[in-house]
Amino acid sequence: MSQQLIWRNTEKRWGWISIIIHWLSALTVISLFTLGLWMVDLTYYDDWYRTAPEIHKSTGICLLLLTVVYLVWRTRNGKPASLSTHSAIEIKAARLAHVLIYVLLLLIILSGYLISTADGREIVVFSVFEIPATIYGIDQQEDIAGVVHLVLAISLMAVVALHAAGALKHHFIDKDLTLKRMLGIHKLD
Amino acid sequence: MKNLILSAVIFGATLSMTTAKAADYVIDTDKAHAFIQFKIKHLGYSWLLGRFNTFKGEFSFDEKKPSAAKISVKIDPASIDSNHAERDKHLRGKDFLNVKKYPEASFVSKSFKQDGDGKAILIGDFTLHGVTKELVIDVQHIGHGDDPWGGYRRGFEGKTSFALKDFGIDYNLGPASKDVELFLSVEGIRK
Repeated sequence: MSQQLIWRNTEKRWGWISIIIHWLSALTVISLFTLGLWMVDLTYYDDWYRTAPEIHKSTGICLLLLTVVYLVWRTRNGKPASLSTHSAIEIKAARLAHVLIYVLLLLIILSGYLISTADGREIVVFSVFEIPATIYGIDQQEDIAGVVHLVLAISLMAVVALHAAGALKHHFIDKDLTLKRMLGIHKLD
Repeated sequence: MKNLILSAVIFGATLSMTTAKAADYVIDTDKAHAFIQFKIKHLGYSWLLGRFNTFKGEFSFDEKKPSAAKISVKIDPASIDSNHAERDKHLRGKDFLNVKKYPEASFVSKSFKQDGDGKAILIGDFTLHGVTKELVIDVQHIGHGDDPWGGYRRGFEGKTSFALKDFGIDYNLGPASKDVELFLSVEGIRK
């Protein structure tokens, strides 16, 4: 018997919209981090010298839009309750990590935006639409924003690692449904 | 008309009399009447222009004894401005100027040789990217005289060029882009 696709979050499970956006965001965040570190060392005559930063910036803006839309959607949709096997401290730590991930993500995208728009230039997203500059011309804006962008990105990776370690701990040590719920592969109750 | 020419001659004569003494000048960076511009070929197809926005310096120049002329300028390499924030960030970084490690560039003159027609050869030590090398600058005296606000000014322009790799900058910008040309415009206010 095939399972019915549940798009919205319920009291007991993540809907497929949340699941897809979670893993899509995870893949995008890690890709952007890797791409960002890689592209700044490209040489002038590298084929990717111009395209890698364009892809990085465009993808970052798309991730911002996805995250904002998702956050709005989730506040209206609610999310499943924590599993009863989770301790109070685990719930608090996990919530703190989730908040940090969102806050860092938004600040990273903001600081990246401030690098590229520091001289008033817009960001062209995949040659489709433009995000105009709003705050620009601050003394050394691109350098300060650049340092902030890098430091926050490394911080985000550290929080992501803790978040992933928590999920793996629940899966392999506690053997509970935490990770399976996020993968959408546990049985319907 | 004759009176006008006569008064111009007298004015000119008094002018040269007042200036015929040793004088120290502060470069007018305050009101931006001095410029350090660079240009470098982009791929060999066009010129890329930029400038250093922050610098300060002084010079002394005596028309009777031009060989005693001196100039020293300190430049903030982080003030590089090529009208593109992402490029400027790259230029300040380790691939180029590495301004964190080398926060100051400078030029200190060693000799000044006047050639006539207001032309001169200025030789001095140029420090960039932590490397100090001798640089020869072709100088042209542009003009001097009173300004409308009670001061006295004198200005020169200078042209020179150098290879980036001579100053330890070896990022590959292509075979046509190994040398940078500098155009300097310096106006001093007499102290």
